[in-house]
Amino acid sequence: MIKGKVWKFGDNINTDDIIAARYLNTTDEKQLASHCLETIMPDFAHKVQKGDIIVAGNNFGCGSSREHAPISIKGCGVSVVIAKSFARIFLRNSINIGLPVIELSEADNIEQGDVLEIDFENGIIKNITKNTSYTFPKYPEFLQDIIKNGGLIQWVKARYIK
Amino acid sequence: MTITEKIIARHSGKDSVVPGEFVECSVDLVLANDITGPLAIEEFEKVGAKKVFNPEKIVLVPDHFTPCKDIQSAELVKKLREFSKKYGVRFYEIGKAGIEHALLPEEGLTKSGDFIVGADSHTCTYGAVGAFSTGMGSTDIASAMITGRVWIKVPSSIKFVYKGKKNKYVGGKDLILYTIGKIGVDGANYKSMEFTGEIIRNLPIDDRFTMCNMAIEAGAKNGIIEVDEITLMYFEETGIFPADIIKSDEDTFYEDVIEIDVSDIMPQVSAPHLPSNSKNVDEYVDVRIDQVVIGSCTNGRITDLRRAASILNGHTIHSEVRCIIIPATQKIYQQALKEGLIDVFLTAGCVISPPTCGPCLGGHMGVLGEGEVAIATTNRNFIGRMGHPKSYVYLSGPEVAAASAIKGKIIHPDRI
Repeated sequence: MIKGKVWKFGDNINTDDIIAARYLNTTDEKQLASHCLETIMPDFAHKVQKGDIIVAGNNFGCGSSREHAPISIKGCGVSVVIAKSFARIFLRNSINIGLPVIELSEADNIEQGDVLEIDFENGIIKNITKNTSYTFPKYPEFLQDIIKNGGLIQWVKARYIK
Repeated sequence: MTITEKIIARHSGKDSVVPGEFVECSVDLVLANDITGPLAIEEFEKVGAKKVFNPEKIVLVPDHFTPCKDIQSAELVKKLREFSKKYGVRFYEIGKAGIEHALLPEEGLTKSGDFIVGADSHTCTYGAVGAFSTGMGSTDIASAMITGRVWIKVPSSIKFVYKGKKNKYVGGKDLILYTIGKIGVDGANYKSMEFTGEIIRNLPIDDRFTMCNMAIEAGAKNGIIEVDEITLMYFEETGIFPADIIKSDEDTFYEDVIEIDVSDIMPQVSAPHLPSNSKNVDEYVDVRIDQVVIGSCTNGRITDLRRAASILNGHTIHSEVRCIIIPATQKIYQQALKEGLIDVFLTAGCVISPPTCGPCLGGHMGVLGEGEVAIATTNRNFIGRMGHPKSYVYLSGPEVAAASAIKGKIIHPDRI
């Protein structure tokens, strides 16, 4: 169960918005986290609290394949990203590194500052502020298997590396 | 099945696949660069992998921040160099290399029918030679380096049919900017874009690279073009024989078929801050510019440089404009030198950069300051993409960019 406060963003939040290329001369999670979403919300990395939730519109994470983007989001304590839709590479990267992502068509109904409680087992998001709830489908079995293993590289380790 | 489905089926050991199905595929080539490679190497080491699946099929290209712009980027490239020595994988040192997506086809490493993955979103470029190629993140690439396999969801396909009569100065860049403008930056999310029609059949290979390169800007998993005489001629130059010719079945299912009459398309310009903000160049005339960049994995090939030089020849860059020309590879640079293009650029007052992604992603070699405006032949015009969060990037093909460099404002090449 995850509980956190919402940071609301719009459509087409791209990987340059999430972590500008000028910060990609490092792979350090903390450094990447300190510049998270800086381009469009300069004080985000300072204000975000551990467990907080990003909620966005369509095509979240479009653009580059830089895994530094979900790493910087995860690194600053964000517990889950909810969006109406995700760009495909960002979605893959998030699952691979263990940042939970949820596709939710009702994301528009969630506002900045709302407090959400997420039950992954049963696919339910409770909006405590608005006293309502939304449901989301489980990941396909194939992806669940990767998530259960703790991300892709652990999944690979379990299957390929003795 | 479509070409894409056939390549996926073949690499997953199946007779056929359908869109939406999850499959594991063997890969023919795995790519990473100086930004994504080090992360992949860290993941590789984290799980204690002892060897790569096949060193011949792994390519590391330092191109984003090279020649290294600072100590940190030098450390990243060192990591690639060391990994290459330890595991015997291909590494392209600067001076023998260039921008990955121009380099790999030139080196004959991307063949039709191949299944190629790269830790760079523009890996989709190789669809231009009939390969299935797609961008992924570093962990996916680490996993592919270990296992030689990746999982994918079979994409559904959209067929784009280009017909009509192409106007002067309309090239691959204009066609793809127009197309993205039509379907939007997520218009092909998770999908395959198959480019067809009489216009494509007559389109030079470099223009095809440009189109497939930008499939990702519509969210696509891959872009692909059927192999034809033009592809075969290119394969002859790069030493690929025999070519694997795969065609989509005539009665195959496409999620959508979009016909585009190119007769109405004029040279395109995409305004900040999305590639989908594309319109005919005349809609953006009089936008004052500070900088022009002609290069990148999208438009840094010899055809692009020839087109830019044809406009710049005998002219001078506007006194308040910096014009940066970036040949995408060492070979392209040398060819441009032989053809006298470099001389045209230097005489006009351009600065020539070594092959690098450089300013395209605001890395180095032409970063924008606050309030500055650029027109570039690159692929993205997101907020802050080329530098300061309050700078502005317009996208175009090489002729419009070159003409604008002369005028100091965005302009149609015919008005020079």
